[in-house]
Amino acid sequence: MQEWANQLCENRQFGSKMTDSKYFTTTKKGEIFELKAELNSDKKEKKKEAVKKVIASMTVGKDVSALFPDVVNCMQTDNLELKKLVYLYLMNYAKSQPDMAIMAVNTFVKDCEDPNPLIRALAVRTMGCIRVDKITEYLCEPLRKCLKDEDPYVRKTAAVCVAKLHDINAQLVEDQGFLDTLKDLISDSNPMVVANAVAALSEIAESHPNSNLMDLNPQTINKLLTALNECTEWGQIFILDCLANYTPRDDRESQSICERVTPRLSHANSAVVLSAVKVLMKFMEMLPKDLDYYGTLLKKLAPPLVTLLSAEPELQYVALRNINLIVQRRPEILKHEMKVFFVKYNDPIYVKLEKLDIMIRLASQANIAQVLAELKEYATEVDVDFVRKAVRAIGRCAIKVEQSAERCVSTLLDLIQTKVNYVVQEAIVVIKDIFRKYPNKYESVIATLCENLDSLDEPEARAAMIWIVGEYAERIDNADELLESFLEGFHDESTQVQLQLLTAIVKLFLKKPTETQELVQQVLSLATQDSDNPDLRDRGYIYWRLLSTDPVAAKEVVLAEKPLISEETDLIEPTLLEELICHIGTLASVYHKPPSAFVEGSRGVQHKRLPGSTESGESESPDTASAAAVSDAPPAVIPSQGDLLGDLLNLDLTPPTTAGPPPPASSGMQMGAMDLLGGGLDSLMGDESEPPPIPLRMDTPQSPQLPHQSPSPPDYSPTELGGDLGGSPAIGAGFGAPPAAMPASFSAPVSGGLDDLFDLGGGVGMPMGAYSAPKTVWLPALKAKGLEISGTFARRSGVIQMEMTLTNKAMSVMTDFAIQFNRNSFGLAPAGPLQVLTPLSPNQSIEVTLPLNTVGPVMKMEPLNNLQVAVKNNIDVFYFSCQYPISMLFVEDGKMERQVFLATWKDIPNDSEAQFQIKDCHLSSDAASNKLQGSNIFTIAKRTVDGQDMLYQSMKLTNGIWVLTEMRVQAGNPVYTVSLKCRAAEVSQWVFQSYEAVLKN
Amino acid sequence: MIHSLFVINHLGDIFLEKHWKSVISRSVCDYFFEAREKAVDPENVPPVLQTPHHYLISIYRGKLFFLSVIQTEVPPLFVIEFLHRVADTFQDYFGECSESVISDNVVIVYELLEEMLDNGFPLATESNVLKEMIRPPNILRSVVNTLTGGSNVGETLPQGQLSNIPWRRAGVKYTNNEAYFDVTEEIDAIVDKSGTTVSAEIQGVIEACVKLSGMPDLTMSFMNPRLLDDVSFHPCVRFRRWESERVLSFIPPDGNFTLMTYHISSQNLVAIPVYVKQSISFFEAGSCGRLDITIGPKQTMGKTVEDLKVTVHMPKAVLNANLTASQGNYTYDFTTKLLVWDIGKLNPQKLPNLRGSLSMQTGVPNPEENPSLNIDLKIQQLAISGLKVSRLDMYGEMYKPFKGVKYVTKAGKFQVRT
Repeated sequence: MQEWANQLCENRQFGSKMTDSKYFTTTKKGEIFELKAELNSDKKEKKKEAVKKVIASMTVGKDVSALFPDVVNCMQTDNLELKKLVYLYLMNYAKSQPDMAIMAVNTFVKDCEDPNPLIRALAVRTMGCIRVDKITEYLCEPLRKCLKDEDPYVRKTAAVCVAKLHDINAQLVEDQGFLDTLKDLISDSNPMVVANAVAALSEIAESHPNSNLMDLNPQTINKLLTALNECTEWGQIFILDCLANYTPRDDRESQSICERVTPRLSHANSAVVLSAVKVLMKFMEMLPKDLDYYGTLLKKLAPPLVTLLSAEPELQYVALRNINLIVQRRPEILKHEMKVFFVKYNDPIYVKLEKLDIMIRLASQANIAQVLAELKEYATEVDVDFVRKAVRAIGRCAIKVEQSAERCVSTLLDLIQTKVNYVVQEAIVVIKDIFRKYPNKYESVIATLCENLDSLDEPEARAAMIWIVGEYAERIDNADELLESFLEGFHDESTQVQLQLLTAIVKLFLKKPTETQELVQQVLSLATQDSDNPDLRDRGYIYWRLLSTDPVAAKEVVLAEKPLISEETDLIEPTLLEELICHIGTLASVYHKPPSAFVEGSRGVQHKRLPGSTESGESESPDTASAAAVSDAPPAVIPSQGDLLGDLLNLDLTPPTTAGPPPPASSGMQMGAMDLLGGGLDSLMGDESEPPPIPLRMDTPQSPQLPHQSPSPPDYSPTELGGDLGGSPAIGAGFGAPPAAMPASFSAPVSGGLDDLFDLGGGVGMPMGAYSAPKTVWLPALKAKGLEISGTFARRSGVIQMEMTLTNKAMSVMTDFAIQFNRNSFGLAPAGPLQVLTPLSPNQSIEVTLPLNTVGPVMKMEPLNNLQVAVKNNIDVFYFSCQYPISMLFVEDGKMERQVFLATWKDIPNDSEAQFQIKDCHLSSDAASNKLQGSNIFTIAKRTVDGQDMLYQSMKLTNGIWVLTEMRVQAGNPVYTVSLKCRAAEVSQWVFQSYEAVLKN
Repeated sequence: MIHSLFVINHLGDIFLEKHWKSVISRSVCDYFFEAREKAVDPENVPPVLQTPHHYLISIYRGKLFFLSVIQTEVPPLFVIEFLHRVADTFQDYFGECSESVISDNVVIVYELLEEMLDNGFPLATESNVLKEMIRPPNILRSVVNTLTGGSNVGETLPQGQLSNIPWRRAGVKYTNNEAYFDVTEEIDAIVDKSGTTVSAEIQGVIEACVKLSGMPDLTMSFMNPRLLDDVSFHPCVRFRRWESERVLSFIPPDGNFTLMTYHISSQNLVAIPVYVKQSISFFEAGSCGRLDITIGPKQTMGKTVEDLKVTVHMPKAVLNANLTASQGNYTYDFTTKLLVWDIGKLNPQKLPNLRGSLSMQTGVPNPEENPSLNIDLKIQQLAISGLKVSRLDMYGEMYKPFKGVKYVTKAGKFQVRT
């Protein structure tokens, strides 16, 4: 660098003497000394020239700190330019010469009182930039004065100075009360001062996430909106970013803010535009969708976003990253603007790649022809990365727009014909995905693919090809030869290819066992004995055992039907997307990561959430909070629990060998085991991208009867068992997260005998509108030494209750009642002791209501809603089991947002859709929906097609499982059709039962 | 906020650095150099880079990189806009934005940077305000300053910075009061092989040069304002009046400024002024290729197309071009693979044509990619969208200004695929 500078100086010597380049000529060896002399010269002009030379050296990174005292001496001058230059110098070097810098303090303090506001502002500005502790102490008084200066120019400079000081010494700023003064400046009459105060406060707030610095209320918002119109473009950015943190009270306030922000969309500064877009995107959430204004706003958002794309490429890049988010959240905004995302030949590569991404997101049946033509064009460009991505994009279009699949495949085949190596490889990778989306449709192209086998040198392409060969081994005559050819260099392959090869050969073996025995032996031994990769080894062993113990089971596992891949695998997860929408225009939106994931020094960044259009967003948080409180509290203990627990363990239906550890530990272990198997096995399925739920069938110890009866009766069929086990992860998910809902504190209703007896007449009805079945006898007196228990379950005001009638049919008095549940599918447990306070005399009945919670230990039951109960009294312990209606587990916040519903519905693969019919139901669709709502089955949307009402409903179970349904009701037809989708498919049946029960009562 | 700025030339030398907070070692730029290396072309360096402790946001202007270092969450657009503003200011002050000019005026540059940003917050970025505080260099003043000991720095508080119209300085006085407006439209288009328009849009801009005394209040109205539905304005334009009456009402800044930019999207019908007939083919045998390009007028609204130029980015394998041009002349640059055909005025009676053979490198496979043609052109006195200013009125001052509007249409990113 030094050398370069010297060289530069050399060159400059011959340059024009009129320019600043002359200052460079003096900084050769020994010149520092010369400069020193000049700085101390009596002549003003010479001094100034010398300072300029010093500054020039400084700018190119030379060390001229040795001149510190001499430069500081020049500070006391009337010449504004000289003063400025010295200030510049001071800012750079004060840190390295703190003791010397003190010398300058007096001048600063004096300048802060200067009659010229320019000098006052300059002084306070510069002082703030000197990062020396000793100086900051002296700064406080002048700063206080400047914050209240009569001149707005000084005030606005002082506002920024508070932020500077805070950066150096936060405690000092708080102690001196500068923060309050700064807050007052938000109400300043000058918009520039307001903007700077907001900017300063925002910066301070960033390092103090929890302090309530920006106390946003409707009054301050109003002031900010007023200032917004009048301040500079940069100020507008600060104010808009600040506004985005506000949560309006209602949709009307939200609309009025939106109205005042929209003019910013026409600003020439793209940062202003994007910040305005952020505010609008956020506040739009609160507007009702049927409002006219909502539509107007949507229309207004498109043009400014399009305009951003005609700006400089750097701006385009940031805009595109943000548009990517906006398109995912509200695709309707830009759906007609596909063309602006067409890639131009001379766009920088980073813009090209982003445009491509958005093109795929906007692709639909309407524009797919155009998009494909473009993509094909791109696939012949020069830039390899871009071409690859374009090829991949064609595959994604095929998966996204079903109607275009055929055309996409033929386009890909055309591209394969070009024989350009990387194009072929990319094409094969995406064709594999197309096979997974549309099985048994395009297999005719396999022959073409096989022709290119030799040219594949990238692991991903090789793995994809091997997968295809393995998957369709029965249709490829020489599949064994093909795979064998890969096997030769097995150890040189990457892990991805090795794993795939192993699986493919096992598949091949299962399909053509006679010819390939040798091959499978070879690969298994390669994988297990000669490899030191644990993944490969483990997978090898699993296959080996599976094949040696039970080939039929192996077939079930390895050749299981795979779930179809969903249309877009790279969508941002909805909650992250919501958070990112709140961060439009920031670095977070460029990286598509929440700020907490990468912003350094942001101590506990708050997670921003979009305001909900309904109350659901609001009500969610207290619920989860209380649920967390519930799970924190120790489970309620029944007085004489000791012996009961032992009994309950005996009652456990699992064979004694497996029933070892105490409940909490064992459930934990169970979960762990599930996870391990789940994770290990989905890679076993051959495609890393989608964890298929099927392979959990493998849990051999519990399914000894599995292999011999694939189409056998439903009770014992492997599918049933498989589904049974496979369902557990869903329960596990619910178990891992704190179960939602269930307020922590409720007073268990004390059922005084008499009251309840009176109540009996009408009390069993449905006070909440929720359906509860009439009581049935659970425990006949014969089996329980005279104690008869009949009961039912109900959900009242969000609390699950077990309502029981205890009748004493024996001859003696019964006392000391207690109750305990065995582990069950949803973790139901008594939330309090059984309240039977008075002894139960012979022939007396008592009504008892037992509140339940869902934080107990979880174990999958058969049937799913089975509950095993032990009741103890002074005579003995009695056991019985009963079944609860699953509808009582539907929580109150089970109303899904439409968007989420739509996304989730699409996301759940079609094969976990179940369909039921409810016969003999004569309700209108509205009446039905009301009735269902009483049981927390919420109707989200209704659509009428051809006289048929389609109701879209959602419900949420206490363990967080969502169930989505579509109910079709045709006027005059007593048969309803319910289609149901849920990630835990085994609940379907029980949900259906609930539907029937609720609708028919 | 913005922490530091480094200006880097095309050789990768940092020749200017400025820190608004604490000093950050220039070694932070190594991450940038790494990315620069990877990107091959300077245009392709990603504008936002993450390093372990900082974020680097850069722009590429006039063969220089302006690289800013930030440490906290800052809107990247804000930084990029600011960097462009810095480059614009240099351009405005020194007539160009290049390494030599920045090094020649390093002290002014430093003063400017100090004035533009305070602790990372933008302070004064309006050219009018800056010029009041720091005078742009000119030879005469340098001479005067040297003789009298005067200075480049204004002594007074820039009034504009505090008023409600920060873009205009007070007390402007001219002997000749004049206001000129240039309506410039650029056509961005992609035309495919067969001559159909894949996409076409217009980027329009109204640049103004206003030299009016006092505080004039101008109103500009258009014959067909309905064309403009996607606009962005200089802060001086009163948005409310535009919303309600579709007129531009504003108190102009003094001197040159961009009054508005507008965008006419591909959903409207955009006229394409010329058509291109081309065939470029490469033969398997003999390692040569043929090229034949003809250009003719399409929708020119009766105006003449001037400054017509075709640039073809040839595949790597093309060694030389042996062509004949019926009009204008062509050059082929072997190193950059750029074939440039400078045509000049388009004569509708005698269409310009360029044809001949291309010699290719032997032994390499035929290029897969198709070269694409970039067209440059200019049409005077026409805004291709049909936009027309109907009148310009001035209020607030008594004198009669001289007014003028000029239209020109140019090709922006006008691309013909082959």
